[in-house]
This record gives sequence, C-alpha cells and structure tokens, in this order.
Amino acid sequence: MSPDKLVYMANQIGRFFVTQGQEKAAAGTADHIRKFWEPRMRTAIIAHLKAGGAGLDPVVRLALERLPEAKPEAGRQQAPPQ
Amino acid sequence: MSLVQEPTTRTLVREIDYGTPRSKAEKTVTLSIDGRQISVPEGTSIMRAAMEAGIEIPKLCATDMLEAFGSCRLCLVEIEGRAGTPASCTTPVADGMVVHTKSERLDRIRKGVMELYVSDHPVDTLDRAKHPDVDLLATAAAVGLEDVRYGFDGARHRNPGIDESNPYFSFDPAKCIVCSRCVRACEEVQGTFALTVSGRGFDSIIAAGMDEKFIESECVSCGACVQACPTGSLIEKAVIEQGKPEWSEVTTCGYCGVGCAFKAEMRGDQVVRMVPYKDGKANRGHSCVKGRFAWGYANHKERILKPMLREKITEPWREVSWEEAIARVASEFKRIQAKYGRSSIGAITSSRCTDEETFLVQKLVRAAFGNNNVDTCARVCHSPTGYGLSTTFGTSAGTQDFDSVEHTDVAIVMGANPTDAHPVFASRLKKRLRQGAKLIVIDPRRIDLVRSPHIEAAYHLPILPGTNVAILTALAHVIVTEGLIKEQFVRERCEWDAFQDWAAFVAEERNSPEAVAKATGVPAEDIRGAARLYATGGNGAIYYGLGVTEHSQGSTAVMALANLAMATGNVGRPGVGVNPMRGQNNVQGSCDMGSFPHEFSGYRHIANDAVRAMFEAAWGKTLDNEPGLRINNMLDAACDGSFKALYIQGEDILQSDPNTHHVAAGLAAMECVVSQDLFLNETANYAHVFLPGSTFLEKDGTYINAERRIQLVRKVVEPKAGYADWEITCLISEAMGYPMRYNHPSEIMDEIARLTPTFAGVSFKRIEELGSIQWPCNEKAPEGTPVMHMNGFVRGKGRFMVTEYIATDEKVGPRYPLLLTTGRILSQYNVGAQTRRTANVVWHEEDRLEIHPHDAEERGIRDGDWVKLASRAGETTLRARITERVAPGVIYTTFHHPNTQANVVTTDYADWATSCPEYKVTAVQVSPSNGPTEWQEQYNELVRKSRRVAATVEAAE
Ligand code: SF4
Ligand code: SF4
Ligand code: FES
Repeated sequence: MSPDKLVYMANQIGRFFVTQGQEKAAAGTADHIRKFWEPRMRTAIIAHLKAGGAGLDPVVRLALERLPEAKPEAGRQQAPPQ
Repeated sequence: MSLVQEPTTRTLVREIDYGTPRSKAEKTVTLSIDGRQISVPEGTSIMRAAMEAGIEIPKLCATDMLEAFGSCRLCLVEIEGRAGTPASCTTPVADGMVVHTKSERLDRIRKGVMELYVSDHPVDTLDRAKHPDVDLLATAAAVGLEDVRYGFDGARHRNPGIDESNPYFSFDPAKCIVCSRCVRACEEVQGTFALTVSGRGFDSIIAAGMDEKFIESECVSCGACVQACPTGSLIEKAVIEQGKPEWSEVTTCGYCGVGCAFKAEMRGDQVVRMVPYKDGKANRGHSCVKGRFAWGYANHKERILKPMLREKITEPWREVSWEEAIARVASEFKRIQAKYGRSSIGAITSSRCTDEETFLVQKLVRAAFGNNNVDTCARVCHSPTGYGLSTTFGTSAGTQDFDSVEHTDVAIVMGANPTDAHPVFASRLKKRLRQGAKLIVIDPRRIDLVRSPHIEAAYHLPILPGTNVAILTALAHVIVTEGLIKEQFVRERCEWDAFQDWAAFVAEERNSPEAVAKATGVPAEDIRGAARLYATGGNGAIYYGLGVTEHSQGSTAVMALANLAMATGNVGRPGVGVNPMRGQNNVQGSCDMGSFPHEFSGYRHIANDAVRAMFEAAWGKTLDNEPGLRINNMLDAACDGSFKALYIQGEDILQSDPNTHHVAAGLAAMECVVSQDLFLNETANYAHVFLPGSTFLEKDGTYINAERRIQLVRKVVEPKAGYADWEITCLISEAMGYPMRYNHPSEIMDEIARLTPTFAGVSFKRIEELGSIQWPCNEKAPEGTPVMHMNGFVRGKGRFMVTEYIATDEKVGPRYPLLLTTGRILSQYNVGAQTRRTANVVWHEEDRLEIHPHDAEERGIRDGDWVKLASRAGETTLRARITERVAPGVIYTTFHHPNTQANVVTTDYADWATSCPEYKVTAVQVSPSNGPTEWQEQYNELVRKSRRVAATVEAAE
C-alpha cells in the first residue's frame, strides 16, 4: 500500500491525540492503529518507518516504534477452505 | 420450524379511530356513558372515552390523528344537567358526568345532518352496492339514514374538476364535504400548510396553495391528507385502478432511518397501497412520499430476476441458473484465496438489508472466508458517530427515541436537513417548534427548517464547510467562560479530570467566537447567542447528520457535540440527548450486527479473547483476531494487487463512495466482483457475477432505525428472483464448505440474541408482542431502552474529549476557489436506484448545482445553464440553479443521479479515526459548459456495454 497515503492517515490520527501531550498521544495513536489497521497496513507503515520514516510526525514515529510487528496473514492461522 | 406463523386467513389489519388524540394527563376521571362507568385520563374527549369503551359515536370531521374541530355536528350527545346537544369530539370528560349517545332526538339531528351532506354528494341513491367507492354512504348507513328528502339532484357545491396532477393520488371535489380534515392533517401532522379552504359557506372548497393543482403547490406528497379524508375525495390512484385492498400486514419502510411502520395493503399478491400505521412508535401514523408511495420499483421492468455471469467485464452478461452462479462464486473465491492468500477476499454488507442478512454476511466473512475483511456502507456515513459516541458516552447509538422531541425546548440541528432526509421526524420536530420550542440550525445552507410556515429558527449559523469543530468548540468556549456549565451534572456523571482539561482547553482565547468568526464565516454574536440559548433554554437536544460526520474531523465533531451535551447536563432524560440522524433504513442495524472489520455484533473488538471464544464456540471455527480491511483500504489493496475478490450485498459503492475514479480502478483490479442487488447498478458494471436480490416486501426480518428501534419487516410477496437475500448468503457459505442452515430469519435473530448481550432479550416473538424494541434489551431492560444513560453513562462516567480544530487539507485556492458540499432531497433516496424507478422523478429529474447569484454572475452563469464542476479529483457537468440558500463561496448539489456522478469530484480525504470520507468539503471551480465531460461520455459508453445481456436461446413452446 502506498506509504504516502498511510503516512497521511497516521499523521491525521496523531494530530488528534497530540493535544494530550507526547506520552499519551503516542500511546493513543499506537492503540488506534493497532485496533483499526489491518496487518498489511501496519506492516507497510513499519517498513516505511524502518526505511527512514519520511513525512511521519514525531508523535507518530514514537507510536510506531512501540507498535508490535505485524505480519500479513499474521492473525490466528486457519487454512483457507478447500 | 418458524416461530412466526404464516397467516392462515389473511385479513385487513384494522385500526380503531378514537376520534381525538390520546390525552397525556396522569389524573383520571370517571364518568358514565350509556350507563357504563368509564375511567380515562383528564382532558380526554367524550368521543374518545366512549370509543375506548367500545361505544362508537358517528363522526365526520374528527379523527384521532388531529385535534378536534367540531364542525360537522354529527357526533352530538346528551349530557345530564346540560342543555342542548354538545359535540362529543370537542367536549372533554368530567368527573361524574352522565352521557347518553343514543336517543330519538340525537337520531333525528344526525339524520338531518347526513341528509344535507348526501344531497350535495354525487350519488343518486343510498344503496351502497351501487356506489361502492362513496365512503360517505357508510356513515349515512351508520346513522340510519333511509331517505333523502331534498332529492339527489340538489345544488352541488363549486367543483373545478378532478385534480389528478399528483402521480399517486387524486382529488375529486365532488365527493368533498369540506370537513377540513385534510387541511388540518397538512398543518398539524405534516406541517406543510399546503391546503386551504377557499371561498365561504356553501361555496367553499378545498384548494391546494393559491387555487393551484397539487403538483404546483407546496404539497410534498406525504399522503397525510389522503389518510385523513373520510369520503374518498382524496384517494390513492392505485385504489381506483386496482380496487380496495383485501388483506394487509404491518411492516417497516425500507427507505430512511426514521423507520416508519406501514400496513402493506394487498389484493391477491399485489400491493395496492402502503398506509402508515398508527401504532408505529417511530412515525405514529405519519409517513413521507417515499415510504407511502414510492415502492413501485419493486415491480420495475429493469429489475434483474435471474443470476448472471461473465468472464470479463467487457463481455455481455449471460443468464445462468442459481446453481451455476453460486458454484462460480464459491470456486472463484476459493481459487483466489489459494492463490493470493486468505486475506485477499472480503465482503460489504448492506444498510438496506435486514439485520439478519447483514449478520450472515459478516459471519460468512469471519467464519467461512477466515478473515475480517467485512465493512458496510455505514463506513461512508455514520462511522464517526460510532467512534465519537463510544469514546465519550460508551456506546455507539443515539440517546433518545423520537417521542423525546415532544419534551425538547431548544433543538440544535446540525449538518442535517430533516425535512428532506428524515421527513417524518421533521414533521414531529416542526410540531414541537410550533408549540414554542426554539431552534438553532448549524449548516452552510439555508435549509427549509430555517424558515418555513409558522417556523423560524432563533439562530442560523451558516458555517463554511469544514469548520464544524471550530464552531462547536467556540460554543463550548461561551458555555465555559460565561459560567453556564451544569456543574452538579458534570461532577456526578462525568470524569472530573477530563472535564477540567477540556474546560481549560475550550476557554483558551483562540477558541472564542471572536477568534473563529473569520474561519467559520459566522458572526461572533450569533455564536454567543446560540450557546446561551442551548445552555439555558431548558431541555436541549442535538440532532445531527452527515454534515457533521462526513469530514476529515467527523469523529472529532461528534465528540464535540457530546461534550456540549454533557457540559449542559443535556443527557439522560426525555427531551435532551445527542441524536444521529441515520441515512438509510438499517444503518444502525448494520453497525449493530458487527459489519465493521474490527468488531463483532454489539461493538466488541475482535481482539477481545473472551468474546471471540464465544463466537468460535458457536460457529465451530477458529476466528482471526486481527482487524480486517475497510472499504477504502480494500480498494487501495486491490490497486496494489493484494485484494482480489469482493462480495457486495445491496450496495452501490461506485456511485455512493467518494472519488469515483479510484473506486472504479479498485474494482477493475479485482478478479471476482459479486454484486447482489435489485438492479444492474453502477457497481455492477465492474461485476463478474450478478445475484438478484429481493425487496423489503419479499422477505421477513428486522430493521433498526435511528432510535435503536428494532422493528419487523414482513414478507407480503414471494421473492421475485427466487431467494431472499439471507438465503443467497447461506448458499454461498454452503458452497464454500461452511454450511449455515436456518429455516427462518427468526432463527438468525435468536443466534444474534445468544451472542450479543445488548440483544439478549430480543426475538421475533417478543418484537411482535411489544410492537418494537429499542436495544439494549436484556435482563436489566426487558422491554428495551427508550432513553439511554438515564442513571449514568454506559461507559460509567462520561468522558470529555479535547477537540482541537484542524483545518482540512482540502483547501480552496486560485484554481479551485469554491467549496462544494453535497446532500439529498425529499423525493429521492441515496443513489436513487429505487426512487428513480418510480413516479417520484416528477419532483427531481436531475441533480442541480446550487450557486449564489454573486458567484454565478462572476462566471457568467444563468439559471438553468449547463456548467462544468471540476475538482482535483475529476470533473462533471450539470445544470445550475441560482439561489441565496447557499452563501457566496459555497455551492451545493445532490448525488441521486448516476449521470451526474457528483462523486467524480469528491476526494479521498477522510475522517482521521474511521476513514469516513469527506463528502461535505471539496474545493472546486465552476465554469460555463456546453455538454457532458469526456468522463461522462466514456462512462455512458461503458455503462451501455456492461449492461448488455446476451440473448438466451429459449426453447420454443
Ligand atoms: S400530501 Fe401531505 S403535503 Fe400534500 S397536501 Fe396532503 S398533507 Fe399536505
Ligand atoms: S422514507 Fe423515512 S420518513 Fe419516509 S416513510 Fe420511509 S422511513 Fe418514513
Ligand atoms: S365529529 Fe365532532 S363535530 Fe364532527
């Protein structure tokens, strides 16, 4: 997924929480992304962070650093129906 | 087998007309009527008291939807100790009163009155068999009239001829007795004031507007006058054409979130008419033109009744058997999952289908697809409501029932246009406003409510699109800095720390009305006045719509509204609250049923192990604990190549979702798109399989309206294409190797109740007993919950949220200097697929672009000209309407017609929390044009091609 769009979305989330102060904002942003982003979106944004994270707001960086790695198809495995 | 019995003998549901409205008094009064002791609330009329005891007094001008009028003099009674014969409809009961409804004198007077009416009527005999369509003769028979001394050829009153201008009902002045029930219905029930009694005495007649035809008048075709007419002078054309109905069932309107209850009145297997049901608690016997009249799409010739397939979307469709179509869906979905992974497919549930149907689609995704890629079109309308209200109050739903408005003193209507989008609620609100409640409208456009007959908003704050959060925070600023907080409420019910943070934030000078006046375009004084009125004017209720949610700060704005309600103590009793006006009939239900990718029914996150374990046990499958893709993410993933197949139940995402080009690209990138719908809609242009769905007349189930009210939808005709939508989902699931078997939708509701604590007490049987149920319905609230948060918030303590205004990135500039906002109108519904296929098109043939005279003149645009509307995302053409309803700099259009495709110009910007698209703000330019854009032409060509159905070779008889 295009990192630009994900960066934009993540910053939008960060900007809502930022009024709550760095610490709370990073936690709030991380929690939001964890709860609502599908694994391939989380994987893509973390990859982007690792590649330098261009465009990410500081609070969002902080949030993403504490986000657990997500692998696509990382949910509890279940064989596709035969 | 099914809990709900098929009616063995089909009969007409008959409703009792008590003659005058119910009195709400608590004190009761006891009197004697015809020797019987009767106790009724104080203020009840004698007529109603008698009817409640089963004694029917003849009447013509009275009906219980309207206040008593006392003009026909047919309902006279004798009261011991009082002289004369007072009218029972206008005389209230009194303790110890002794009333007689029958006597020789009364008989004589009533016959005399009837005789006069009949002699003026177009009949030549009292024989009802000869004039089956003259309802007055039934009343004549009821009073025992046997002869008309004046003969039948007496002078008739003025008669300008039958008015057939309305597509759905006609008016025959010859049958009119000028009882003015229609005039009063239009005023009291609908609130439109379209009818008058013109002329005097014997010469008087009923007239629409200034002696106009109905269609030319202010009439909005709600039908209230037609129900009210006692003589059949106003009557549905369908009754004239098809004859009187023979049987009926009570059901729920399939159009908007008001959820009106109707009697579907039938002849054989044909619907004759839909008549609003007085016991419907959402509508109380009223309706709008859509539910009342615009159901003809169910029989429209363009309805698809056979499943269809094609290999490529450039090929014509091929009609196939159900078996073949279902087998194709299953084999494609399995093939795609095997090739691209378990997460490469998903589904979209419909806000128009029943709860049971949406529940099954999300079950299919979670249990049979093995992922959580399910979303609903509520994503694009009210998802911010879910997020905003659960964060602040703890649950994702409106706080009140509609009856609550009867106790409201100040109503804020924000980003909603109830007279067009929620007409029956609007009528109830207008009634309250005429009784003296005050109104604050916050909307870029001067909606009808701002000024309409006998109604004037105390404040209209015409904000610039995109500045909702700024103005709401400014309202809060006034409330905090002027000491208007209800401190006791806040201390008892809300988190005090969070309140203090919030109060300090809103009190900052940069949030004052003066500071935001420029950005919002609203004078500071008006913001202050409105805030004071809401905080101090008594019961304050907030009603809001998509103009609040469909913004990049949609969720923030919902929280800002919740903050205002908490700060002023306006939560937790009748007359107050925060009420989202839901767009489609079952938006509430589709959200409640777990249609979002991150949560199960009842708003429980899929990562919650205990909840998931319960579903796993019930469904016999291991379920994924990771959130799935939302609609817009699905489309992004499709463009990226990781999402390949989509099952769409009754939605037209191509027309209804923003940035049409992007949606089209996403759909085109998929290998298998399955569209289940009534018509070949715009999305179906990109589909490989088409599964014909069923209308609300063709299935059993439930809808949940904006009040959280669960109501039954009842089947009155067999599914025209063979299956109800829930059955189709079961077929797909079975073919994919996960059988879901139900004999009747009531069994699906039983499963929902077992798995969802807020629905624990709900079953079809229980809904039938109670008429309807507002969730939560469980041990704690066995009859449901009309008003929420009565003794504390669902989340415990209410939570104030800091709502920083962040201007949208969709900004005007030299290339795109105007702000476009979008909306809807009364006669059309959503993408219009249904209403465009009814006679409702007489009111709205095309989408028009509303533009202020100043902006129009600058561009050399005249009223009715074709104009080009262009944004960063795309361009389209439509015709202009010049009006001062919109402020300079703001333009407005509807999105009911696919030719216009207003969403070609809307952008990808979306709510930060829920990705609900920012429909309500797009920077655009408007310029004169002489015809359709290239995109419109290409698109029309595509539509033409993709709607081809290959001729099937039919065996000769
Ligand atoms: S249909 Fe409704 S709006 Fe029209 S005249 Fe009758 S009551 Fe009034
Ligand atoms: S469209 Fe809405 S207001 Fe109109 S009849 Fe249906 S539910 Fe009622
Ligand atoms: S019904 Fe009472 S006066 Fe007409």
